[in-house]
Amino acid sequence: MGFFLETLIGGLMAGMLYSLVALGFVLIYKASGVFNFAQGAMVLFAALAMARFAEWIPGWLGFENQVLANILAFAVAAAVMFVVAWLIERLVLRHLVNQEGATLLMVTLGIAYLLEGIGQSLFGDNIYSIDVGMPKDPVLVLEGMFPGGLLINKEDFIAALIAAALVAALSLFFQKTATGRALRAVADDHQAAQSIGIPLARIWVIVWFVAGIAALVAGIIWGSKLGVQFSLATVALRALPVVILGGLTSVPGAIIGGLIIGVGEKLSEVYIGPLVGGGIEIWFAYMLALVFLLFRPQGLFGEKIIDRV
Amino acid sequence: MAETVSERQIGDVVLDLRNISLAFGGVNALSDISFDVREHEIRAIIGPNGAGKSSMLNVINGVYQPQQGEVVLRGQRFEKMSPGHAARAGIARTFQNIALFKGMSVLDNIMTGRNLKMKSNILQQAVWWGPAQREELAHREKVEEIIDFLEIQHIRKTPVGRLPYGLQKRVDLGRALAMEPSILLLDEPMAGMNIEEKQDMSRFILDVNDQLGTTIVLIEHDMGVVMDISDRIVVLDYGKKIGDDTPDEVRANPEVIAAYLGASH
Repeated sequence: MGFFLETLIGGLMAGMLYSLVALGFVLIYKASGVFNFAQGAMVLFAALAMARFAEWIPGWLGFENQVLANILAFAVAAAVMFVVAWLIERLVLRHLVNQEGATLLMVTLGIAYLLEGIGQSLFGDNIYSIDVGMPKDPVLVLEGMFPGGLLINKEDFIAALIAAALVAALSLFFQKTATGRALRAVADDHQAAQSIGIPLARIWVIVWFVAGIAALVAGIIWGSKLGVQFSLATVALRALPVVILGGLTSVPGAIIGGLIIGVGEKLSEVYIGPLVGGGIEIWFAYMLALVFLLFRPQGLFGEKIIDRV
Repeated sequence: MAETVSERQIGDVVLDLRNISLAFGGVNALSDISFDVREHEIRAIIGPNGAGKSSMLNVINGVYQPQQGEVVLRGQRFEKMSPGHAARAGIARTFQNIALFKGMSVLDNIMTGRNLKMKSNILQQAVWWGPAQREELAHREKVEEIIDFLEIQHIRKTPVGRLPYGLQKRVDLGRALAMEPSILLLDEPMAGMNIEEKQDMSRFILDVNDQLGTTIVLIEHDMGVVMDISDRIVVLDYGKKIGDDTPDEVRANPEVIAAYLGASH
Protein backbone atom coordinates (compact mmCIF):
# COMPACT_ATOMS: atom_id res chain seq x y z
CA MET A 1 0.00 0.00 0.00
CA GLY A 2 2.77 2.39 0.96
CA PHE A 3 4.58 1.67 -2.28
CA PHE A 4 1.41 2.14 -4.34
CA LEU A 5 0.76 5.52 -2.71
CA GLU A 6 4.34 6.55 -3.24
CA THR A 7 4.07 5.77 -6.93
CA LEU A 8 0.72 7.54 -7.11
CA ILE A 9 2.03 10.70 -5.47
CA GLY A 10 5.14 10.65 -7.60
CA GLY A 11 2.89 10.40 -10.66
CA LEU A 12 0.67 13.25 -9.52
CA MET A 13 3.63 15.53 -9.03
CA ALA A 14 5.21 14.63 -12.36
CA GLY A 15 1.80 15.21 -13.91
CA MET A 16 1.62 18.70 -12.47
CA LEU A 17 4.84 19.53 -14.29
CA TYR A 18 3.37 18.34 -17.59
CA SER A 19 0.31 20.45 -16.87
CA LEU A 20 2.46 23.51 -16.51
CA VAL A 21 3.73 23.14 -20.06
CA ALA A 22 0.30 22.13 -21.36
CA LEU A 23 -1.08 25.31 -19.87
CA GLY A 24 0.89 27.38 -22.36
CA PHE A 25 -0.74 25.53 -25.27
CA VAL A 26 -4.20 25.96 -23.82
CA LEU A 27 -3.79 29.68 -23.12
CA ILE A 28 -2.80 30.54 -26.64
CA TYR A 29 -5.33 28.22 -28.20
CA LYS A 30 -8.13 29.65 -26.09
CA ALA A 31 -7.29 33.21 -26.92
CA SER A 32 -6.33 33.03 -30.55
CA GLY A 33 -7.49 29.69 -31.85
CA VAL A 34 -3.89 28.87 -32.72
CA PHE A 35 -2.17 25.67 -31.80
CA ASN A 36 1.18 27.08 -30.75
CA PHE A 37 3.97 24.79 -31.84
CA ALA A 38 6.46 27.28 -30.45
CA GLN A 39 5.50 26.60 -26.83
CA GLY A 40 8.47 24.28 -26.32
CA ALA A 41 10.81 26.81 -27.88
CA MET A 42 9.37 29.46 -25.58
CA VAL A 43 10.12 27.26 -22.57
CA LEU A 44 13.70 26.87 -23.76
CA PHE A 45 14.06 30.55 -24.58
CA ALA A 46 12.68 31.67 -21.23
CA ALA A 47 14.80 29.19 -19.29
CA LEU A 48 17.93 30.28 -21.16
CA ALA A 49 17.18 33.91 -20.39
CA MET A 50 16.60 33.09 -16.74
CA ALA A 51 19.74 30.97 -16.37
CA ARG A 52 22.03 33.41 -18.13
CA PHE A 53 20.75 36.60 -16.54
CA ALA A 54 21.02 35.01 -13.09
CA GLU A 55 24.67 34.38 -13.98
CA TRP A 56 25.37 37.77 -15.57
CA ILE A 57 23.50 40.21 -13.39
CA PRO A 58 25.61 39.80 -10.20
CA GLY A 59 28.70 40.42 -12.34
CA TRP A 60 27.23 43.55 -13.96
CA LEU A 61 25.99 45.05 -10.72
CA GLY A 62 28.78 43.71 -8.50
CA PHE A 63 26.97 41.75 -5.79
CA GLU A 64 26.88 38.10 -4.83
CA ASN A 65 23.46 37.49 -3.38
CA GLN A 66 21.94 34.45 -5.14
CA VAL A 67 18.34 35.22 -4.14
CA LEU A 68 18.54 38.80 -5.38
CA ALA A 69 20.16 37.59 -8.60
CA ASN A 70 17.30 35.17 -9.15
CA ILE A 71 14.64 37.79 -8.51
CA LEU A 72 16.26 40.25 -10.89
CA ALA A 73 16.81 37.55 -13.49
CA PHE A 74 13.15 36.55 -13.26
CA ALA A 75 12.06 40.15 -13.80
CA VAL A 76 14.40 40.59 -16.76
CA ALA A 77 13.37 37.24 -18.27
CA ALA A 78 9.70 38.23 -17.89
CA ALA A 79 10.46 41.50 -19.66
CA VAL A 80 12.20 39.56 -22.42
CA MET A 81 9.11 37.36 -22.82
CA PHE A 82 7.01 40.51 -23.10
CA VAL A 83 9.22 41.78 -25.90
CA VAL A 84 8.92 38.40 -27.61
CA ALA A 85 5.11 38.56 -27.36
CA TRP A 86 5.07 42.10 -28.70
CA LEU A 87 7.35 41.24 -31.62
CA ILE A 88 5.30 38.17 -32.53
CA GLU A 89 2.16 40.31 -32.67
CA ARG A 90 3.85 43.12 -34.57
CA LEU A 91 5.74 41.09 -37.13
CA VAL A 92 3.52 38.06 -37.57
CA LEU A 93 0.01 37.87 -36.16
CA ARG A 94 -1.03 41.37 -37.17
CA HIS A 95 -0.69 40.36 -40.80
CA LEU A 96 -2.69 37.18 -40.41
CA VAL A 97 -6.02 38.36 -39.02
CA ASN A 98 -8.92 36.18 -40.16
CA GLN A 99 -6.65 33.55 -41.66
CA GLU A 100 -7.17 29.81 -41.49
CA GLY A 101 -6.04 27.90 -38.40
CA ALA A 102 -3.63 25.84 -40.52
CA THR A 103 -1.83 28.98 -41.71
CA LEU A 104 -1.36 30.18 -38.17
CA LEU A 105 -0.17 26.74 -37.10
CA MET A 106 2.56 26.76 -39.76
CA VAL A 107 3.57 30.22 -38.61
CA THR A 108 4.08 29.03 -35.04
CA LEU A 109 6.29 26.27 -36.41
CA GLY A 110 8.43 28.97 -37.97
CA ILE A 111 8.43 30.97 -34.74
CA ALA A 112 9.63 27.85 -32.90
CA TYR A 113 12.73 27.54 -35.10
CA LEU A 114 13.46 31.25 -34.84
CA LEU A 115 13.18 31.25 -31.05
CA GLU A 116 15.40 28.20 -30.72
CA GLY A 117 18.02 29.71 -33.01
CA ILE A 118 17.93 33.24 -31.64
CA GLY A 119 17.79 31.98 -28.06
CA GLN A 120 20.94 29.96 -28.48
CA SER A 121 22.85 32.66 -30.29
CA LEU A 122 21.93 35.27 -27.68
CA PHE A 123 22.38 33.16 -24.60
CA GLY A 124 24.77 30.45 -25.72
CA ASP A 125 24.27 26.78 -26.48
CA ASN A 126 25.90 25.00 -23.57
CA ILE A 127 24.19 23.36 -20.65
CA TYR A 128 23.39 25.90 -17.98
CA SER A 129 21.92 25.45 -14.56
CA ILE A 130 19.16 27.29 -12.80
CA ASP A 131 19.46 27.29 -9.03
CA VAL A 132 16.48 28.85 -7.37
CA GLY A 133 17.18 27.06 -4.14
CA MET A 134 14.77 24.19 -4.65
CA PRO A 135 15.42 21.52 -2.01
CA LYS A 136 16.75 18.43 -3.73
CA ASP A 137 16.49 15.99 -0.86
CA PRO A 138 13.52 13.66 -0.54
CA VAL A 139 11.54 13.62 2.67
CA LEU A 140 9.69 10.88 4.52
CA VAL A 141 6.10 11.57 5.52
CA LEU A 142 3.31 9.66 7.28
CA GLU A 143 5.75 7.34 8.96
CA GLY A 144 3.10 6.57 11.57
CA MET A 145 0.58 5.31 9.03
CA PHE A 146 2.73 3.14 6.82
CA PRO A 147 5.65 1.00 7.71
CA GLY A 148 8.68 2.92 6.54
CA GLY A 149 6.59 6.01 5.62
CA LEU A 150 6.22 7.59 2.18
CA LEU A 151 9.19 8.96 0.32
CA ILE A 152 8.36 12.27 -1.30
CA ASN A 153 10.53 14.41 -3.52
CA LYS A 154 10.41 17.91 -2.04
CA GLU A 155 11.38 19.60 -5.27
CA ASP A 156 8.51 17.98 -7.16
CA PHE A 157 6.18 18.82 -4.34
CA ILE A 158 6.99 22.53 -4.42
CA ALA A 159 6.86 22.58 -8.20
CA ALA A 160 3.42 20.99 -8.09
CA LEU A 161 2.21 23.63 -5.65
CA ILE A 162 3.49 26.44 -7.84
CA ALA A 163 1.86 24.94 -10.91
CA ALA A 164 -1.45 24.51 -9.09
CA ALA A 165 -1.43 28.13 -7.91
CA LEU A 166 -0.64 29.43 -11.38
CA VAL A 167 -3.43 27.41 -12.91
CA ALA A 168 -5.99 28.51 -10.34
CA ALA A 169 -5.09 32.15 -10.89
CA LEU A 170 -5.33 31.84 -14.66
CA SER A 171 -8.68 30.03 -14.56
CA LEU A 172 -10.16 32.81 -12.47
CA PHE A 173 -8.69 35.45 -14.73
CA PHE A 174 -10.22 33.84 -17.82
CA GLN A 175 -13.64 33.25 -16.33
CA LYS A 176 -14.20 36.27 -14.15
CA THR A 177 -12.65 39.34 -15.70
CA ALA A 178 -13.57 41.55 -18.62
CA THR A 179 -10.17 41.02 -20.22
CA GLY A 180 -10.58 37.26 -19.84
CA ARG A 181 -13.93 37.51 -21.58
CA ALA A 182 -12.39 39.56 -24.38
CA LEU A 183 -9.68 36.89 -24.76
CA ARG A 184 -12.29 34.17 -25.13
CA ALA A 185 -14.21 36.31 -27.59
CA VAL A 186 -11.16 36.79 -29.80
CA ALA A 187 -10.57 33.03 -29.76
CA ASP A 188 -14.06 32.38 -31.07
CA ASP A 189 -14.32 34.91 -33.86
CA HIS A 190 -11.80 37.55 -34.93
CA GLN A 191 -14.22 39.49 -37.09
CA ALA A 192 -17.00 39.70 -34.54
CA ALA A 193 -14.52 40.65 -31.83
CA GLN A 194 -13.21 43.51 -33.97
CA SER A 195 -16.69 44.74 -34.75
CA ILE A 196 -17.47 45.23 -31.07
CA GLY A 197 -14.25 47.14 -30.64
CA ILE A 198 -12.01 44.56 -28.99
CA PRO A 199 -8.44 45.53 -29.92
CA LEU A 200 -6.99 42.32 -31.37
CA ALA A 201 -3.43 43.59 -31.20
CA ARG A 202 -3.50 44.25 -27.47
CA ILE A 203 -5.29 40.99 -26.71
CA TRP A 204 -2.67 39.01 -28.62
CA VAL A 205 0.22 40.68 -26.86
CA ILE A 206 -1.43 39.95 -23.51
CA VAL A 207 -2.06 36.32 -24.27
CA TRP A 208 1.39 35.59 -25.71
CA PHE A 209 2.90 37.35 -22.75
CA VAL A 210 0.88 35.27 -20.29
CA ALA A 211 1.87 32.13 -22.20
CA GLY A 212 5.45 33.42 -22.05
CA ILE A 213 5.24 33.70 -18.27
CA ALA A 214 3.81 30.19 -18.07
CA ALA A 215 6.74 29.07 -20.23
CA LEU A 216 9.16 30.89 -17.94
CA VAL A 217 7.80 29.21 -14.83
CA ALA A 218 7.84 25.83 -16.57
CA GLY A 219 11.33 26.55 -17.84
CA ILE A 220 12.62 27.39 -14.37
CA ILE A 221 11.14 24.27 -12.80
CA TRP A 222 12.13 21.87 -15.57
CA GLY A 223 15.45 23.66 -16.00
CA SER A 224 16.36 23.29 -12.36
CA LYS A 225 15.53 19.57 -12.59
CA LEU A 226 17.16 18.73 -15.92
CA GLY A 227 19.52 21.61 -16.57
CA VAL A 228 18.89 24.25 -19.23
CA GLN A 229 19.79 22.76 -22.58
CA PHE A 230 18.33 22.32 -26.01
CA SER A 231 16.35 19.23 -25.05
CA LEU A 232 14.18 21.45 -22.87
CA ALA A 233 12.35 22.43 -26.06
CA THR A 234 11.15 18.85 -26.39
CA VAL A 235 9.42 19.03 -23.03
CA ALA A 236 6.52 20.41 -25.06
CA LEU A 237 6.22 17.08 -26.83
CA ARG A 238 5.53 15.42 -23.50
CA ALA A 239 2.79 17.93 -22.86
CA LEU A 240 1.10 17.25 -26.18
CA PRO A 241 -0.80 14.15 -25.01
CA VAL A 242 -1.86 16.14 -21.96
CA VAL A 243 -3.64 18.72 -24.09
CA ILE A 244 -5.25 16.06 -26.23
CA LEU A 245 -6.51 14.34 -23.12
CA GLY A 246 -7.65 17.43 -21.27
CA GLY A 247 -9.02 19.34 -24.20
CA LEU A 248 -7.35 22.24 -25.95
CA THR A 249 -9.81 24.78 -24.65
CA SER A 250 -9.84 23.95 -20.97
CA VAL A 251 -7.43 25.26 -18.36
CA PRO A 252 -8.63 22.79 -15.70
CA GLY A 253 -8.46 20.13 -18.44
CA ALA A 254 -4.74 20.78 -18.79
CA ILE A 255 -4.33 20.04 -15.10
CA ILE A 256 -6.46 16.92 -14.90
CA GLY A 257 -4.95 15.67 -18.16
CA GLY A 258 -1.47 16.18 -16.76
CA LEU A 259 -2.32 14.36 -13.55
CA ILE A 260 -3.88 11.41 -15.36
CA ILE A 261 -0.88 11.05 -17.61
CA GLY A 262 1.61 11.49 -14.78
CA VAL A 263 -0.10 8.86 -12.66
CA GLY A 264 -0.80 6.56 -15.62
CA GLU A 265 2.85 6.59 -16.68
CA LYS A 266 4.17 5.75 -13.25
CA LEU A 267 1.60 3.12 -12.33
CA SER A 268 1.74 1.36 -15.68
CA GLU A 269 5.52 1.33 -15.57
CA VAL A 270 5.55 -0.20 -12.13
CA TYR A 271 2.68 -2.66 -12.44
CA ILE A 272 2.39 -3.53 -16.14
CA GLY A 273 5.98 -2.79 -17.07
CA PRO A 274 7.49 -6.01 -15.73
CA LEU A 275 4.99 -8.07 -17.77
CA VAL A 276 6.08 -6.61 -21.10
CA GLY A 277 9.70 -5.93 -20.32
CA GLY A 278 9.39 -2.28 -19.19
CA GLY A 279 9.74 0.98 -21.06
CA ILE A 280 6.03 1.76 -20.89
CA GLU A 281 6.57 5.21 -19.39
CA ILE A 282 7.96 6.49 -22.66
CA TRP A 283 4.99 5.71 -24.88
CA PHE A 284 2.12 5.39 -22.44
CA ALA A 285 1.02 9.03 -22.78
CA TYR A 286 0.97 8.93 -26.57
CA MET A 287 -0.97 5.67 -26.57
CA LEU A 288 -3.57 7.22 -24.27
CA ALA A 289 -3.76 10.31 -26.48
CA LEU A 290 -4.33 8.12 -29.52
CA VAL A 291 -7.22 6.35 -27.84
CA PHE A 292 -8.74 9.70 -26.95
CA LEU A 293 -8.37 11.00 -30.47
CA LEU A 294 -10.33 7.99 -31.68
CA PHE A 295 -13.17 8.13 -29.19
CA ARG A 296 -13.34 11.62 -27.77
CA PRO A 297 -11.39 14.01 -29.98
CA GLN A 298 -12.41 17.11 -28.04
CA GLY A 299 -10.73 15.72 -24.93
CA LEU A 300 -12.20 15.38 -21.47
CA PHE A 301 -13.11 19.00 -20.95
CA GLY A 302 -12.83 20.58 -24.38
CA GLU A 303 -15.74 22.21 -26.09
CA LYS A 304 -17.50 19.90 -28.45
CA ILE A 305 -17.40 21.37 -31.90
CA ILE A 306 -20.89 21.65 -33.29
CA ASP A 307 -21.19 22.87 -36.83
CA ARG A 308 -24.50 23.62 -38.39
CA VAL A 309 -24.74 22.37 -41.91
CA MET B 1 -49.23 49.52 -41.54
CA ALA B 2 -46.00 51.39 -42.15
CA GLU B 3 -47.11 54.16 -39.89
CA THR B 4 -46.67 52.31 -36.60
CA VAL B 5 -43.41 54.19 -36.08
CA SER B 6 -44.87 57.62 -36.38
CA GLU B 7 -43.53 59.71 -33.50
CA ARG B 8 -39.89 59.73 -34.55
CA GLN B 9 -38.17 62.77 -35.90
CA ILE B 10 -36.02 61.93 -38.87
CA GLY B 11 -33.01 64.19 -38.58
CA ASP B 12 -30.00 65.25 -40.62
CA VAL B 13 -27.70 63.02 -42.59
CA VAL B 14 -25.47 61.09 -40.18
CA LEU B 15 -23.83 58.73 -42.60
CA ASP B 16 -22.98 59.67 -46.15
CA LEU B 17 -21.52 57.21 -48.63
CA ARG B 18 -19.97 58.91 -51.59
CA ASN B 19 -19.08 57.20 -54.86
CA ILE B 20 -18.07 53.93 -53.28
CA SER B 21 -16.39 51.44 -55.60
CA LEU B 22 -15.10 48.11 -54.41
CA ALA B 23 -13.53 45.34 -56.48
CA PHE B 24 -12.14 41.93 -55.61
CA GLY B 25 -9.54 41.08 -58.22
CA GLY B 26 -11.37 41.81 -61.48
CA VAL B 27 -14.86 41.52 -60.03
CA ASN B 28 -16.65 44.75 -59.27
CA ALA B 29 -18.65 44.21 -56.11
CA LEU B 30 -19.76 47.83 -55.89
CA SER B 31 -19.61 50.45 -58.64
CA ASP B 32 -19.84 54.12 -57.80
CA ILE B 33 -22.54 53.86 -55.16
CA SER B 34 -23.74 56.89 -53.23
CA PHE B 35 -26.49 57.17 -50.69
CA ASP B 36 -27.03 58.69 -47.30
CA VAL B 37 -28.60 57.68 -44.03
CA ARG B 38 -30.49 60.16 -41.86
CA GLU B 39 -30.61 60.24 -38.12
CA HIS B 40 -33.28 57.98 -36.55
CA GLU B 41 -34.42 56.49 -39.82
CA ILE B 42 -34.65 52.86 -40.81
CA ARG B 43 -32.78 52.52 -44.06
CA ALA B 44 -32.97 49.28 -45.98
CA ILE B 45 -30.59 47.93 -48.60
CA ILE B 46 -32.20 45.36 -50.86
CA GLY B 47 -31.29 43.55 -54.03
CA PRO B 48 -31.01 40.06 -55.51
CA ASN B 49 -28.30 37.66 -54.32
CA GLY B 50 -24.83 38.89 -55.15
CA ALA B 51 -25.98 42.48 -55.59
CA GLY B 52 -23.33 43.75 -53.16
CA LYS B 53 -25.49 44.37 -50.12
CA SER B 54 -23.21 42.72 -47.56
CA SER B 55 -20.17 44.30 -49.21
CA MET B 56 -21.84 47.65 -48.66
CA LEU B 57 -22.29 46.99 -44.93
CA ASN B 58 -18.72 45.76 -44.74
CA VAL B 59 -17.54 49.02 -46.25
CA ILE B 60 -19.56 51.01 -43.71
CA ASN B 61 -17.98 49.29 -40.72
CA GLY B 62 -14.52 49.08 -42.20
CA VAL B 63 -14.18 45.35 -42.86
CA TYR B 64 -13.56 46.22 -46.52
CA GLN B 65 -11.75 49.31 -47.72
CA PRO B 66 -13.24 50.62 -50.95
CA GLN B 67 -10.83 51.43 -53.79
CA GLN B 68 -12.71 54.63 -54.44
CA GLY B 69 -15.08 56.88 -52.60
CA GLU B 70 -15.40 57.87 -48.99
CA VAL B 71 -17.45 57.22 -45.92
CA VAL B 72 -18.53 60.39 -44.13
CA LEU B 73 -19.74 59.90 -40.60
CA ARG B 74 -21.26 62.97 -38.96
CA GLY B 75 -19.23 65.21 -41.19
CA GLN B 76 -15.99 63.35 -40.54
CA ARG B 77 -14.39 61.80 -43.61
CA PHE B 78 -12.92 58.34 -43.30
CA GLU B 79 -10.71 57.23 -46.13
CA LYS B 80 -9.68 54.20 -44.19
CA MET B 81 -12.39 53.01 -41.86
CA SER B 82 -11.51 50.02 -39.70
CA PRO B 83 -13.86 47.87 -37.62
CA GLY B 84 -12.24 49.30 -34.49
CA HIS B 85 -12.81 52.90 -35.63
CA ALA B 86 -16.38 52.11 -36.55
CA ALA B 87 -17.06 50.54 -33.17
CA ARG B 88 -15.60 53.52 -31.34
CA ALA B 89 -17.63 55.89 -33.51
CA GLY B 90 -20.83 54.19 -32.35
CA ILE B 91 -21.50 51.79 -35.21
CA ALA B 92 -22.58 48.30 -34.16
CA ARG B 93 -23.51 45.43 -36.43
CA THR B 94 -24.89 41.94 -36.64
CA PHE B 95 -23.77 39.32 -39.10
CA GLN B 96 -25.46 37.38 -41.85
CA ASN B 97 -23.82 34.15 -40.75
CA ILE B 98 -24.13 34.66 -37.05
CA ALA B 99 -20.70 35.42 -35.63
CA LEU B 100 -21.32 34.88 -31.95
CA PHE B 101 -18.78 33.53 -29.50
CA LYS B 102 -20.12 29.99 -29.52
CA GLY B 103 -18.51 28.60 -26.42
CA MET B 104 -19.65 31.47 -24.23
CA SER B 105 -23.00 31.92 -22.51
CA VAL B 106 -25.65 34.33 -23.77
CA LEU B 107 -24.84 36.64 -20.89
CA ASP B 108 -21.10 36.62 -21.60
CA ASN B 109 -21.68 37.19 -25.30
CA ILE B 110 -23.75 40.27 -24.64
CA MET B 111 -21.26 41.41 -21.97
CA THR B 112 -18.52 41.48 -24.62
CA GLY B 113 -20.53 44.25 -26.27
CA ARG B 114 -19.70 46.40 -23.24
CA ASN B 115 -16.00 46.03 -23.91
CA LEU B 116 -15.44 49.58 -25.15
CA LYS B 117 -17.24 51.00 -22.14
CA MET B 118 -15.00 49.22 -19.63
CA LYS B 119 -12.54 51.56 -18.02
CA SER B 120 -10.77 49.43 -15.41
CA ASN B 121 -7.34 48.16 -16.43
CA ILE B 122 -6.14 44.62 -16.69
CA LEU B 123 -4.30 44.70 -13.36
CA GLN B 124 -7.36 45.87 -11.46
CA GLN B 125 -9.38 43.15 -13.15
CA ALA B 126 -6.76 40.55 -12.40
CA VAL B 127 -7.15 41.10 -8.68
CA TRP B 128 -10.92 41.71 -9.01
CA TRP B 129 -10.31 44.96 -7.22
CA GLY B 130 -12.84 47.64 -6.18
CA PRO B 131 -13.32 49.69 -9.36
CA ALA B 132 -13.22 46.65 -11.62
CA GLN B 133 -15.82 44.85 -9.57
CA ARG B 134 -18.18 47.84 -9.37
CA GLU B 135 -17.80 48.41 -13.07
CA GLU B 136 -18.53 44.78 -13.89
CA LEU B 137 -21.74 44.92 -11.84
CA ALA B 138 -22.90 48.17 -13.45
CA HIS B 139 -22.41 46.72 -16.92
CA ARG B 140 -24.09 43.54 -15.86
CA GLU B 141 -27.18 45.57 -14.97
CA LYS B 142 -27.25 47.18 -18.38
CA VAL B 143 -26.91 43.78 -20.02
CA GLU B 144 -29.78 42.38 -17.98
CA GLU B 145 -31.95 45.22 -19.32
CA ILE B 146 -31.10 44.18 -22.85
CA ILE B 147 -31.83 40.55 -22.01
CA ASP B 148 -35.23 41.55 -20.67
CA PHE B 149 -35.91 43.70 -23.70
CA LEU B 150 -35.15 40.82 -26.08
CA GLU B 151 -37.11 38.37 -23.93
CA ILE B 152 -34.26 35.88 -23.56
CA GLN B 153 -34.09 35.71 -19.75
CA HIS B 154 -34.61 31.95 -19.75
CA ILE B 155 -31.47 31.23 -21.78
CA ARG B 156 -29.05 33.73 -20.27
CA LYS B 157 -26.67 31.04 -18.98
CA THR B 158 -26.89 28.76 -22.02
CA PRO B 159 -23.85 28.46 -24.27
CA VAL B 160 -24.80 30.18 -27.50
CA GLY B 161 -23.75 27.26 -29.70
CA ARG B 162 -26.61 25.18 -28.34
CA LEU B 163 -29.37 27.66 -29.17
CA PRO B 164 -31.67 27.44 -32.16
CA TYR B 165 -30.96 29.79 -35.02
CA GLY B 166 -33.70 32.32 -34.31
CA LEU B 167 -32.51 32.83 -30.74
CA GLN B 168 -28.89 33.15 -31.85
CA LYS B 169 -29.96 35.99 -34.13
CA ARG B 170 -31.54 37.64 -31.12
CA VAL B 171 -28.35 37.28 -29.07
CA ASP B 172 -26.39 38.74 -31.97
CA LEU B 173 -28.70 41.76 -31.85
CA GLY B 174 -28.31 41.90 -28.07
CA ARG B 175 -24.53 42.05 -28.30
CA ALA B 176 -24.77 44.91 -30.80
CA LEU B 177 -27.26 46.74 -28.56
CA ALA B 178 -24.93 46.38 -25.58
CA MET B 179 -22.59 48.79 -27.37
CA GLU B 180 -25.34 51.42 -27.17
CA PRO B 181 -24.68 52.30 -30.79
CA SER B 182 -26.00 55.36 -32.55
CA ILE B 183 -26.03 53.45 -35.83
CA LEU B 184 -26.94 49.78 -36.03
CA LEU B 185 -26.15 47.70 -39.10
CA LEU B 186 -28.23 44.55 -39.46
CA ASP B 187 -27.23 41.98 -42.06
CA GLU B 188 -30.32 39.90 -42.84
CA PRO B 189 -31.68 39.90 -39.30
CA MET B 190 -34.59 37.66 -40.31
CA ALA B 191 -32.91 35.14 -42.58
CA GLY B 192 -33.96 31.60 -41.82
CA MET B 193 -36.73 32.58 -39.41
CA ASN B 194 -40.33 31.47 -39.32
CA ILE B 195 -43.17 34.00 -39.41
CA GLU B 196 -43.52 34.29 -35.68
CA GLU B 197 -39.78 34.86 -35.19
CA LYS B 198 -39.81 37.45 -37.97
CA GLN B 199 -42.63 39.30 -36.27
CA ASP B 200 -40.70 39.33 -32.99
CA MET B 201 -37.55 40.54 -34.70
CA SER B 202 -39.44 43.29 -36.57
CA ARG B 203 -40.91 44.43 -33.29
CA PHE B 204 -37.47 44.55 -31.64
CA ILE B 205 -36.04 46.56 -34.53
CA LEU B 206 -38.90 49.03 -34.46
CA ASP B 207 -38.67 49.36 -30.67
CA VAL B 208 -34.92 49.97 -30.77
CA ASN B 209 -35.43 52.59 -33.43
CA ASP B 210 -38.36 54.19 -31.66
CA GLN B 211 -37.36 54.05 -28.00
CA LEU B 212 -33.60 54.42 -28.24
CA GLY B 213 -33.59 56.59 -31.33
CA THR B 214 -31.03 54.33 -32.97
CA THR B 215 -30.46 54.80 -36.67
CA ILE B 216 -30.79 51.47 -38.45
CA VAL B 217 -29.34 50.25 -41.73
CA LEU B 218 -30.56 46.80 -42.63
CA ILE B 219 -30.29 44.25 -45.38
CA GLU B 220 -33.26 41.97 -45.72
CA HIS B 221 -34.72 39.64 -48.30
CA ASP B 222 -38.27 39.47 -46.99
CA MET B 223 -39.94 42.20 -49.05
CA GLY B 224 -43.02 42.31 -46.86
CA VAL B 225 -40.91 43.12 -43.81
CA VAL B 226 -38.71 45.61 -45.64
CA MET B 227 -41.66 47.53 -47.08
CA ASP B 228 -43.33 47.59 -43.67
CA ILE B 229 -40.55 48.86 -41.47
CA SER B 230 -38.25 50.94 -43.69
CA ASP B 231 -38.36 54.67 -44.20
CA ARG B 232 -36.24 54.63 -47.33
CA ILE B 233 -34.82 51.84 -49.44
CA VAL B 234 -31.68 51.57 -51.58
CA VAL B 235 -31.86 48.93 -54.30
CA LEU B 236 -28.65 47.35 -55.57
CA ASP B 237 -28.24 45.03 -58.53
CA TYR B 238 -24.91 43.68 -59.78
CA GLY B 239 -23.09 46.24 -57.65
CA LYS B 240 -24.97 49.19 -59.11
CA LYS B 241 -27.60 51.35 -57.50
CA ILE B 242 -30.86 51.05 -59.41
CA GLY B 243 -33.24 52.68 -56.97
CA ASP B 244 -33.29 54.86 -53.87
CA ASP B 245 -36.63 55.99 -52.54
CA THR B 246 -39.54 55.41 -50.18
CA PRO B 247 -41.04 51.92 -50.09
CA ASP B 248 -43.98 52.90 -52.26
CA GLU B 249 -41.83 54.48 -54.94
CA VAL B 250 -39.42 51.56 -54.93
CA ARG B 251 -42.28 49.13 -55.33
CA ALA B 252 -43.39 50.97 -58.45
CA ASN B 253 -39.91 51.35 -59.96
CA PRO B 254 -39.80 49.35 -63.23
CA GLU B 255 -36.04 48.78 -63.01
CA VAL B 256 -36.43 47.24 -59.57
CA ILE B 257 -39.24 45.02 -60.73
CA ALA B 258 -37.15 43.91 -63.67
CA ALA B 259 -34.18 43.09 -61.43
CA TYR B 260 -36.31 40.98 -59.15
CA LEU B 261 -38.20 39.23 -61.90
CA GLY B 262 -35.02 38.55 -63.80
CA ALA B 263 -35.84 40.56 -66.95
CA SER B 264 -32.89 41.31 -69.21
CA HIS B 265 -30.62 44.17 -68.18
